[in-house]
Amino acid sequence: MSKVDMSVKIGSLEMRNPIMLASGTVGYGNEMSEFTDLNKIGGIVTKSLSLKPRKGNPPQRIVETPSGMLNAIGLANVGVEVFIKEKIPFLKKFDVPLICNIAASSFEEYVECTKILTEEEKIKAFEINVSCPNVQEGGLSFGNNLSSVGKITDLVRATTNKPLIIKLSPNVSYIAEFAKIAKENGADAVSAINTLVGAQFNIFTRKPKIQNVTGGLSGPAIKPIAIAKVLEISRQVDIPIIGIGGIMDWKDVIEFMIAGSYAVQLGTLNFIDPTAPGKIVKEIEEHCEKNGIDKISSLTASYQL
Amino acid sequence: MFISNSPIEEIIELNSKIYLLKVLSPELARVIKPGQFLNIRVTDGYYPLLRRPFSVCDVEGDHLFLLFNIMGAGTNILAHKSIGSTLDILGPLGNGFNLDGDYETAIIVAGGLGAAPFPYLTRKLKDKKNIHSFIGGRTEHDIITYNLINVNEASDDGSRGFKGNVVKLIENNLQQFDSAKVKIFGCGPTVMLRSLKEFCIMNNLDCEVSTECAMACGFGICQGCPVESTQQRESYLLVCKDGPVFNIKDVVI
Repeated sequence: MSKVDMSVKIGSLEMRNPIMLASGTVGYGNEMSEFTDLNKIGGIVTKSLSLKPRKGNPPQRIVETPSGMLNAIGLANVGVEVFIKEKIPFLKKFDVPLICNIAASSFEEYVECTKILTEEEKIKAFEINVSCPNVQEGGLSFGNNLSSVGKITDLVRATTNKPLIIKLSPNVSYIAEFAKIAKENGADAVSAINTLVGAQFNIFTRKPKIQNVTGGLSGPAIKPIAIAKVLEISRQVDIPIIGIGGIMDWKDVIEFMIAGSYAVQLGTLNFIDPTAPGKIVKEIEEHCEKNGIDKISSLTASYQL
Repeated sequence: MFISNSPIEEIIELNSKIYLLKVLSPELARVIKPGQFLNIRVTDGYYPLLRRPFSVCDVEGDHLFLLFNIMGAGTNILAHKSIGSTLDILGPLGNGFNLDGDYETAIIVAGGLGAAPFPYLTRKLKDKKNIHSFIGGRTEHDIITYNLINVNEASDDGSRGFKGNVVKLIENNLQQFDSAKVKIFGCGPTVMLRSLKEFCIMNNLDCEVSTECAMACGFGICQGCPVESTQQRESYLLVCKDGPVFNIKDVVI
């Protein structure tokens, strides 16, 4: 039995350890469960759910980049109704907090999704993806607009008592301002960062390599940016942060925690090594034991600047 | 599906820039089916970051064979791996070809590296069915006939075999087969699959094809490899999980 207290707390969300699986990188859990024991993970964030099923973008959706990848999946998902009927029963088999990620194209849709999903006992918290195009505002991302992020947070807060996490976009000048407005409107935590906007061309055909032209950049290439954003929030806003961005091993997790994270999410790594999450939990525990760290949460924002 | 580290026993250059790689993997050799694929991590480092999908080319005892050409950084690393080093393999992935059925003749249609899955299929079928292989390529250097039988060749430039595309070559030879007792197995570039689909529909031939698409995970979580279904348009199928082998009538090519 380990002497290290690996548990972390985000608002009223209690997790056995800080390792979460990021939205859009674990599907609805079933494939991932063949590689990693989900009972050993801190939390699972579902693929972004919308009110109605979404087909997503046509191919090509993915392209590799130096130490990273671009994706434009287009928020393909089964929709709230099918998720409750067909996906939650499987996830109920695991003793792991389920965090529902919600993506919508209008303020009303965010509220409607939350209203339905908050009734589900298995869902322990919500993570709101604000990096979606706002259809009523000509398709500009909610996540780039302070008042939109404030309004979504406020509306969803009024709809659920469960812990509310706002997933912040890094494609803004000052991410801390967005964390601040999320806090002021009742968010329990923020997760940072979502993917960075990127593009890549085929130099012979002169066409973009992904059909959507731009996509979200993820993977180890973005880790230093993510660390800087987490630090920016940590220094300016008193709100729990879930660090995300290019984590490839246990050392990256520790680094994210030192920079200000309460917990972290593993994303692109799951595509490359789906057995990694379980291994990382063990390795972090070993690191703590070896280095006399009794409580993992003591690492949070322990930077020496 | 599982991840294993399998030793590389041989890397043979079959043709200019076309390689055959032999790995020892009793666990995979036991379970993998023709048309299924493996997602391989060519380096522990971060470049290239993603795994590379390869269909299984052949299985002999405890050994797997993979066929590939040097396309970029990943395949370049793979071609120059040292013998005895291990390969991080995730598989078996996807659904293979359905070999059952009362057809008497299997017709293999492949373009370029599309020949990759067929040595194994030939191995599994040759004692039960008649097999005819129609293999095309842009030039004589792109025609791959490794471990295939009854081969008819076609090249776009006429440098080897029939001058023209491989589907045209089958069309010219179709009268020698009883089309009700034929099943076609295809793999190749999109243009080839498109004309194969037209040909199969026109002649009412049963056909399965192996498709490809850029992907990250290979087992359904990244959602990177959609393919349009002809049955229902509300959602995409995934090449990795629902395929890579499809009945040619079921997908939009």
